[in-house]
Amino acid sequence: MLDVKAIRKDFPILEREVYGKPLVYLDNAATSQKPRSVIQALVEYYEGYNSNVHRGVHALSMEATDRYEEARAKVARFINADSTESIVWTRNTTESINLVANTWAMDEINAGDEIVVTQMEHHSNLVPWQKVAKEKGASLRILPLTEDGTLDSGEFDSYITPRCKLLSVVHVSNSLGTINPISELVSRARSVGAAVMIDAAQSVPHLPVDVQEMDCDFLAFSGHKMLGPTGIGVLYVKRDVLERMEPFLLGGEMVLEVWNDRATWNDLPMRFEAGTPNIADAIALGAAVDYLEALGMDNVREHEIQLTKYGLDAFKELEEIDVFGPSDPRLRGGVISFHHSDVHPHDLGTVLDRQGIAIRTGHHCTMPLMRSMDVIATARASFYIYNTEEEVDLLVDGLKQALQYFADGNR
Amino acid sequence: METDELEDLYGETILDHCRNPRSHLPLEDADIVADGVNRFCGDEIHIQVKLDDDGRIAGVGLQSVGCSINQAAGSMLAEVIEGQSLDRAESVSDSLRTMMERGTTDDSEPLPGDLQSLSGVRQFPVRIKCALLAWSTLEEAVARYRRDHGG
Repeated sequence: MLDVKAIRKDFPILEREVYGKPLVYLDNAATSQKPRSVIQALVEYYEGYNSNVHRGVHALSMEATDRYEEARAKVARFINADSTESIVWTRNTTESINLVANTWAMDEINAGDEIVVTQMEHHSNLVPWQKVAKEKGASLRILPLTEDGTLDSGEFDSYITPRCKLLSVVHVSNSLGTINPISELVSRARSVGAAVMIDAAQSVPHLPVDVQEMDCDFLAFSGHKMLGPTGIGVLYVKRDVLERMEPFLLGGEMVLEVWNDRATWNDLPMRFEAGTPNIADAIALGAAVDYLEALGMDNVREHEIQLTKYGLDAFKELEEIDVFGPSDPRLRGGVISFHHSDVHPHDLGTVLDRQGIAIRTGHHCTMPLMRSMDVIATARASFYIYNTEEEVDLLVDGLKQALQYFADGNR
Repeated sequence: METDELEDLYGETILDHCRNPRSHLPLEDADIVADGVNRFCGDEIHIQVKLDDDGRIAGVGLQSVGCSINQAAGSMLAEVIEGQSLDRAESVSDSLRTMMERGTTDDSEPLPGDLQSLSGVRQFPVRIKCALLAWSTLEEAVARYRRDHGG
């Protein structure tokens, strides 16, 4: 198990107060807080060896290049990629998915093909495929959900058919917390010859992810949700798939040789990284990976299961509140999404905010999912390594007070 | 709980408008119909306005879905504009917007009806849009009506 008390000391922001109350940060699915070692990695780069990578023959550039490529190797090891060249730096999950939509999909998806996603996708794993489908004359099919917010596995065979060229699916839902059965989905996709993309924005930060075991072609995640800085994301692509892909953005760094009328492409993965990259944030993401590896992802996952279980039990006291997603904490990430029939999530969020409790309210960039659940918005508490049962208690007490406040006057 | 600050946002007047929204029944044969959405919250507002022969607002129907500030602001709008001219409705809307931006109105006269009770929303900047949704929606619809009817 995690030593949460010790972990909390590594996060400077957890010392601050909000409206005179200690900060209770429960919006980790939006972005995580950063440990001192990550912040320090940024400072060390800018103060100690700031320079461009892959070009200079001078000491600073070589040092920066080493640290930058070392971070890539750390990320590759972290998700058990068999090749460091499979790791392409992007800005975030959204850019990673758009890269695949604008390169691989433009070459491989044809008229009459099908792209399959699920009803619980974030807009970033839906809208790019809408565009691909429209431009290519392909169709987009949406795997439906059951009552408890899980995928309807009885529908896999009828949705993922030989017409399917790509299955792009979220690993852990940011809105529901649902963990999708990736191995079952991938084996079905493989059996019909479809490629597989995984939106791992909510899974890589929270549970052990092994891309070789998953056998996916593409996997996307963001640094800022896993203790790293904003502005750095990752696209993993299977080596042989990446080799066949055309570049996305063109310019410096991604070329090998350039003539007036043509150019040749650089080696992988630089072929997909045009322009000066986000050096500092990539290096700091490496520091974040170090931090998570030292804790052990199995321990991170176990901590969140315990906290989610504690939270789901505590929420049972709040009779008027509906909690979305599966009831078994082992089938969900550390996310509790909930809804009250009379009090709007924004009102709950504002009252909790005044108690120093940060939660997310709204549609969580999953409007089609909200529509399918017949709500306009939900409130969402999401946990990470530094959250405690005491904080869950504060959340539940805060909700009780909020509900009482709005219920006064015999609504 | 920081009840003082919350009272500023969710005063008794606001909660009363939420619990008992005024003019919430849909109005048939409306002259002006307006629908507004606040994507941030998922708030929705639907307004129907009936004009009399002099162009005054003879009846209002207003249905809202969403947070309490949105619902209360909509209910207050329905109460305030009934019996008024379109010009007057627009000037009230301007005054409310000014109060949200600067904390006071340009005029010396206070905001009509219960609108003054929305002043606390100013301390919660992300919620200002909720307070103004009904009014922005009405403003757009009135502008459209004037274009269509040469007013």
